[in-house]
Amino acid sequence: MLRLLSGFFNLLEPLFKVAQSVLGVNRVAWLFVAPNLLVFGLFTFLPITINFFYAATAGVELMPANRPYSGLDNFQTLLHCADYTDLSTCNKDIFWRAVLNTLKFSLIQVVLMVVFSLITALVLNRKIIGRGFWRSVYFYPVLLSPVVVALIWKWLLQSQGAFNAGLVAMDVQPIEWLTVADWAFFWTVFVSIWAHMGFYTLIILAGLQAIPRDLYEAAEMDRASPWRTLTRITLPLLMPNLIVVLVLAAIKAVQVFDEVFVLTGGGPGSATTFIVQFIYQTGFAEQIHLYGLAAAASLTLATFLVILTLAQLRLSKADDMGKKGH
Amino acid sequence: MTVWKMLTATKGRRRLDWTDTVSYLYLVVGLVVMFAPVLWLVMSSFKTESAISQFPPTFLPYTQQSVSVPGREGQFPLYRVTTESGETKVLAQISRIGIVATMVDPAAPDTKVRVNIQAREPVTSLQFAWENYTDLFGKFTFGKYLWNSVFITVVATLITLLFNSMAAFALSKYRFTGQKAVYLLIIGTLMIPPTIILVPVFLVINEVGLLNSLWGVILPAVATPTGVFLLRQYMLTIPDELIEAARMDHASEWRIYWRIVLPLSAPALAVLAIFSVMWRWNDFLLPLIVLSKNEVFTLQLALNSFQGELNTQWHYLLAMTVITLIPVTLVFAFLQRYITTGIASAGVK
Repeated sequence: MLRLLSGFFNLLEPLFKVAQSVLGVNRVAWLFVAPNLLVFGLFTFLPITINFFYAATAGVELMPANRPYSGLDNFQTLLHCADYTDLSTCNKDIFWRAVLNTLKFSLIQVVLMVVFSLITALVLNRKIIGRGFWRSVYFYPVLLSPVVVALIWKWLLQSQGAFNAGLVAMDVQPIEWLTVADWAFFWTVFVSIWAHMGFYTLIILAGLQAIPRDLYEAAEMDRASPWRTLTRITLPLLMPNLIVVLVLAAIKAVQVFDEVFVLTGGGPGSATTFIVQFIYQTGFAEQIHLYGLAAAASLTLATFLVILTLAQLRLSKADDMGKKGH
Repeated sequence: MTVWKMLTATKGRRRLDWTDTVSYLYLVVGLVVMFAPVLWLVMSSFKTESAISQFPPTFLPYTQQSVSVPGREGQFPLYRVTTESGETKVLAQISRIGIVATMVDPAAPDTKVRVNIQAREPVTSLQFAWENYTDLFGKFTFGKYLWNSVFITVVATLITLLFNSMAAFALSKYRFTGQKAVYLLIIGTLMIPPTIILVPVFLVINEVGLLNSLWGVILPAVATPTGVFLLRQYMLTIPDELIEAARMDHASEWRIYWRIVLPLSAPALAVLAIFSVMWRWNDFLLPLIVLSKNEVFTLQLALNSFQGELNTQWHYLLAMTVITLIPVTLVFAFLQRYITTGIASAGVK
């Protein structure tokens, strides 16, 4: 294996030597970044450009050259409603439902995610026995694939599953957890927090450990109550960290797809259909592939992401200013 | 009392107070919430097909015993029956109509007994259904899915390490015009998640002829901004004098890269390798749109398609799920430290 590897590297050497004699030492750097730039160009930058083109063209052809120009028609189809107070009058009411679901999901999930990650990090930051063990307990689900996460919970929540067995044992009527709209929504929030909480806990924990210890010693000298120490020392100093967590979680939340797709399939009805699932279904899963509409929906999602990123910049700036003011 | 004091003593600090109690309570509840679902899945995956559809389910894989009855074809389930006189007998059920079951004693197969189904209870025994796992390799194209997943994970990780370390080397050890622009361009792609360019990425993959090919999943994501960032930060700490000395000795730039910089970056490469393995093994959305033919399915896609079937074969599905989470669990058990430092230093997963 090693010999194979070293053979491979030796093979490339003459190529670089020639390039070096032609370009000079410093410009060889371009050769080193070339593979990366090629991949990024082909699979990221080129697609960004084509995406706009798709959004402005109609038809079912995949090749951009064969697609007739349609201006803002796709956005019209996507966004227009005869009466905006009644979703069923919209051209694509499922898109609006997906947008509203995504917003509702993000708001609830992000708040709960930050709260639980913060509590967990605060607990893990205490002098507890077996800290490493407890930390890994919360981190383990982060590594699981979304499909596996969804199947673990689907198995527990199915009508003959462990949860219903528990209910029956307590003489309560079993519940169809994943086919009752409100419950299904609850579980999408719960499962996504279960799966990703460990990641944010870790970031907050790193922030907590960066707070100088002598501040706490000083607080102890002054006999400050634990609550006061938390609100006057820990939380203010943790702010930059919490903002990062908040925005990262929000960016992830508006893109929620895979766990939910496997867990509920977007159902019942459209109760757990989110924007990315709408894009996937419009562009790939349904009989007629409406690439233009999917691209237009992608741009809507991109708008959300841009807003969130700007919000982050704004928030961290405000936080910096606040610090300087003191 | 002294024992209690000893148990509750904390390292050179005051004794446990109520906040400690609450903390440990929180942790124990967390332990159950985080691990019990996974444990339940693993235990369930050892249940036989009949045991898995039983309600209420048991935690351990108990299976109803069955026997063959002389003079009859096939296996019959065993029940413990309480007769009217109050004694209990172990009988085999040969048929059942409504609430009345017809049973026989396997030792005396000619005398049939009619029993109300309320008066019988299955005879169970602990039995691990390893066949859920072994069957997978014969029954489905499971081996193929496993191979596809392994191939994608290994090859993509190798290419990711090569491409990203090359770029990181150029961005940390050279001064060339446009260097800053290139770096910003690469880091900027962090802002563009694959979900928002799904359609055009599909077009490009289709145009380069990689639809339904494993390479169509491998190539689009081999250049990662996270990887470049992580490696560049590490390579900046390698002293430039080493490189200057090598140049004095007329080593070519390529040689400097792979004989000096690459070996010295091993810790950072290890972190990126672990991340890449996790990303690739768990990847779902890209394979979902690129791979639509059954023979190129990855494990994740196969799991998704099996769970969507009308009659989900849960005993196989659960076994497959467990196999899928084994590599990740091994990585977690042995390399967790690298992952946590990676997350702490790059803030990405």
